[in-house]
Amino acid sequence: MRRIIIPTAVFLTVLISSPALAAPLAQEGGDEVSLTPIFLAFILALSIFLGFELISKVPATLHTPLMSGSNAISGITLVGSLIAAGHGNDTATIILGTVAVATATINVVGGYLVTDRMLEMFKKKEE
Amino acid sequence: MSLQLFINLAYIVSSVMFIFGLKMLSSPATARRGNMLSALGMAIAVIVTLLDQNIITYQWIIVGIVIGTVVGVAAARMVAMTAMPEMVALLNGSGGLASLLLGWAEYQRDFGIPTFTAGVIALTVLIGGVTFTGSVIAWAKLSGKMDGKPILFQGQQIVNALLLLAILVCGILFTISPPTSYLILMILIVLSLILGVMSVIPIGGADMPVVISLLNSYSGLAACAAGFVIENNLLIVAGALVGASGIILTNIMCKAMNRSLSNVLFSGFGSATSGGTAVEGEAKPISAEDSYLVLEAANSVVFVPGYGLAVAQAQHAVRELGELLESNGAEVSYAIHPVAGRMPGHMNVLLAEANVPYDQLVEMDDINPIMETVDICIVVGANDVVNPAAREDEASPLYGMPIINVDKARTVIVLKRSMRAGFAGVENPLFFKDNTRMLFGDAKASVQALVREFKEG
Repeated sequence: MRRIIIPTAVFLTVLISSPALAAPLAQEGGDEVSLTPIFLAFILALSIFLGFELISKVPATLHTPLMSGSNAISGITLVGSLIAAGHGNDTATIILGTVAVATATINVVGGYLVTDRMLEMFKKKEE
Repeated sequence: MSLQLFINLAYIVSSVMFIFGLKMLSSPATARRGNMLSALGMAIAVIVTLLDQNIITYQWIIVGIVIGTVVGVAAARMVAMTAMPEMVALLNGSGGLASLLLGWAEYQRDFGIPTFTAGVIALTVLIGGVTFTGSVIAWAKLSGKMDGKPILFQGQQIVNALLLLAILVCGILFTISPPTSYLILMILIVLSLILGVMSVIPIGGADMPVVISLLNSYSGLAACAAGFVIENNLLIVAGALVGASGIILTNIMCKAMNRSLSNVLFSGFGSATSGGTAVEGEAKPISAEDSYLVLEAANSVVFVPGYGLAVAQAQHAVRELGELLESNGAEVSYAIHPVAGRMPGHMNVLLAEANVPYDQLVEMDDINPIMETVDICIVVGANDVVNPAAREDEASPLYGMPIINVDKARTVIVLKRSMRAGFAGVENPLFFKDNTRMLFGDAKASVQALVREFKEG
């Protein structure tokens, strides 16, 4: 349990503090280099470690649902696509955004549903 | 500002739900709730994003979501459990395509992007493109739309090297001057799509578990890269979790085949037919009636399923036989090799579909130490993963690969169509061992014949 809690706590601290840190820097900014990429990279590094911790505990029996379920999570690009599709200024952006929304939604909806279908079948022995 | 703050706070909640969702996947008992938690996190993320002030019109969003939902629901409902590897391949592909399109759309929206954003757009498009076409090829190979054999040609390495070089040049050119580089981005997209095809065609059917895991990882990394483009923490966190997951699975698959990742990706394994010491001796066939007599007297029976189980759709028949054996007083379990089937965990899902309780599924490392105490091993459609040459014959291409030591059981019954070699093209000395009996025929028909014998007997 502790092996999960500590990385999660560290990670959350960084996640929360990064916009707070980035905001004043951006205001001072002017011509200076933005530090946003650094904070993003910071989060990336920690998330990767967290990911390794979490996934290495998934038993072999659940590897297929793990793949389809994590695949659904990678459909998170939907969040970005929504803004592109709804931006509404440029036709090409809207088309690209709309197709991106559709494909990401397939990923999310198809991924979660098929994972649920599989996991429903994993049952303990009835006595 | 306050709305932006609210949205970002909600993203934090979402990412925590993803994390706990994945954590709950560590046990089959909590896994389903974990998946629902993760889905709820996704729903929260999507809903708060819709509040964003940058969204002016909703009509196209609705169109996209409706199309995606209809396709997604239909696919998830209709897919057969045996076709799960194909389904996962296609889902990986759609994830990659979504990232590619998002990167492109962000550029389309504003050509005057800073250098950093241009760089990560190039990266997003590259990873997304490779994931998309790579997954489509993997799907074609898995579903039999394309021959599963590796496709190799003269000068393949050189072509790939040139392709990579061209991609690198395009990426740099685009990053240096994004406003004037629309054409370069288009070339970059096309080259990435070609690279995806080129990287999967030389990989054979039985190496697909590695490829699917790797593409799974790529789809996460593509989302991650897209997160850098739109400077969104949630995409980075979610993408990194998926990327890590795919990499871990890739690593497990490679270890289970005792091969390095580069060997899997570049060697065209399975195209060579040579290798290994020729096996001498005669295989001893057995009839269903005789198999029944042996099984009837057994105290412990272990099934070892392989890809042939999926092909013959024999999982329900196997479960029925397992239950009959149990009511006959035998201890029954199912030993599963990490690379049995066409994707990680493929056999587990099939057996779960047939209502085999998950506590009866045993991993390779747990069954091998007690193999000597097992009365009968029934090999259903597995070949290379039970080939003792991997342990004994240094000349064999399989040498060093961890296998399920079925040959150490007191008796082995191999269900097999014919004496044909496995995917690796390697002879299997297991078939000629003294304690091995061959029950020839379609796996499902053979198991059903055994079930009939039990019911009559």
